Amino acid sequence: MTTPMQTNSDNGSQNTPVIEISDLKVRYGDSPALNGISFDVYQNEILGIIGPAQSGKTTLLKVINRTLELTPDTTVEGSVKLDGVDIRTIGDVYGLRRRIGMVLPLPVGLPLSIYDNVAFAPRTAGIRAKSELDEIVERCLQQAALWDEVKDRLDSLGTKLSGGQQQRLTIARALSHQPEILCLDEFSIAVDPVTTMRIEEVLKTLQTEMTILLVTNLVQQAKRLANRTAFFLNGDLIEIDTTDVIFSENPSNQATYDYVNGTFG
Amino acid sequence: MNTDMQASPQTMFTETEIGKQKRWIENGMRIFFLVMTSLMILPLLLIIGYLFYKALPVLSFEFLFTNPKDNMRAGGLWAPFLGTIYLVVVSLLVSAPIGVFAAVYLNEYARENWFTRLTNLAVVNLAGVPSIVHALFGVGAFVLFAGLGESILAASLTLAIMTLPVIIASTTEALKAVPMSFREACWNLGATRWQTIRRIVIPNSISGILTGVILQVSRAAGETAPIMFTGAVFYKAIAEGNLFAYNITEQCMALSLHLFTISTQVPDVTEGVPYGTAIVLVGSVLLVNAAAIVLRVYLRTRKKW
Repeated sequence: MTTPMQTNSDNGSQNTPVIEISDLKVRYGDSPALNGISFDVYQNEILGIIGPAQSGKTTLLKVINRTLELTPDTTVEGSVKLDGVDIRTIGDVYGLRRRIGMVLPLPVGLPLSIYDNVAFAPRTAGIRAKSELDEIVERCLQQAALWDEVKDRLDSLGTKLSGGQQQRLTIARALSHQPEILCLDEFSIAVDPVTTMRIEEVLKTLQTEMTILLVTNLVQQAKRLANRTAFFLNGDLIEIDTTDVIFSENPSNQATYDYVNGTFG
Repeated sequence: MNTDMQASPQTMFTETEIGKQKRWIENGMRIFFLVMTSLMILPLLLIIGYLFYKALPVLSFEFLFTNPKDNMRAGGLWAPFLGTIYLVVVSLLVSAPIGVFAAVYLNEYARENWFTRLTNLAVVNLAGVPSIVHALFGVGAFVLFAGLGESILAASLTLAIMTLPVIIASTTEALKAVPMSFREACWNLGATRWQTIRRIVIPNSISGILTGVILQVSRAAGETAPIMFTGAVFYKAIAEGNLFAYNITEQCMALSLHLFTISTQVPDVTEGVPYGTAIVLVGSVLLVNAAAIVLRVYLRTRKKW
């Protein structure tokens, strides 16, 4: 990849914030994971989140869909607002989680058929009509660029797909409940470069329909896809700005420059 | 490239001293483990073979379906055989649901705190309590305190208390074998814990759960101590061939106790009868275990990862 793709257009950014995070502090027991971070995420942007391990990126995603609550002994302070509503005041936490699609680093095909994998979330939400489920399954598999490969064997097991296919299945599943926000946590870690590029193309089209939070270890991936990029380090938000600025010769923080140019530490 | 590396392909594949040693150790260890396995299997085969040989003269359909006669010196096994079935079935009807659901709670819902730690500790320790202690507990709790008297019910409940911790432990193992990532994926999709358990966790652990439960059949069938003070009786004649010949508020005979009595308490027993009793006891247990294996294989083929 020599020519960086020009996708960092201005669509999205600078309109209404969908997620407003203010002074968010998270601790696991006594060890801090996030030390009071504040930023907004705008409608229909791709926000790249970069930073080394242990910098709190995954924790941030878990706070947003409130799955952090399932980990014992965690403390969360500060507030996260989704469409202006503090997520901790949302009574229906399962409904909240369905508004957010989550893709984890390692692909997880549930031990169900491909069809049932994608139909899982709609079914838990109470959709029973076969025609409706068929429609959702096809749409999501299409969106995740997997439909053509699996359309003839929807009843075979999701766990038997290859790693790259399973990751696209995971993405299809995350789209199945029509989320407003799609969070991807280092989705390309177990995926070959070709599949990664295909998924990246998928994300660019999805951007018109939803807001995307892209946690990534590949800084070039953020550069290729993100409208804005946030740099996290040891639980602090060091810098958040348009991707052009972050990857320019003069981001406002020297650590950011060192990290994106690989001269960190 | 380094010239040494290119040297000659032949020398790369000739066996070195270390390689030879490794091969010897490898073969030696394999034979050692094989011998140990044989040492385990051999006595088992000898016991069953010997029992079978000694029991051969008395084994017949009649042996299984007639009551003991002549003061238990001869006759069949119907009363103790049916009694054991009653005890095992009633005890598992109590312990299996409680044990499985308790394990689901402990593994899927409970948070790590002093209460769950204490519960897990209790489960582990209860599993190691000698059966005679369970017997005394059963006498105190079920026969006397609950007023059940010496009955199938009291004996079964005592057996249930004995098998419960092991069922909890084996179910917990089966549930833990389902990868955590499956649960996380479900939660991320907005599934409740119960939806996750019902759709993903239980279907993928059911073979292990059932195997754990069925293996307790052999323990419940084989134990003598917990039932001899709580509901099993020395001798009781019942209607032959009638599956409902026992009432669970009354006492019953049991194979394990029967074997003990005719081997030690009754003089001049027909020679084959104790061996026949042992064969029926071992045979029914093996049959149930075989059923468990078949079930496990069947459910395994449906396992999905």
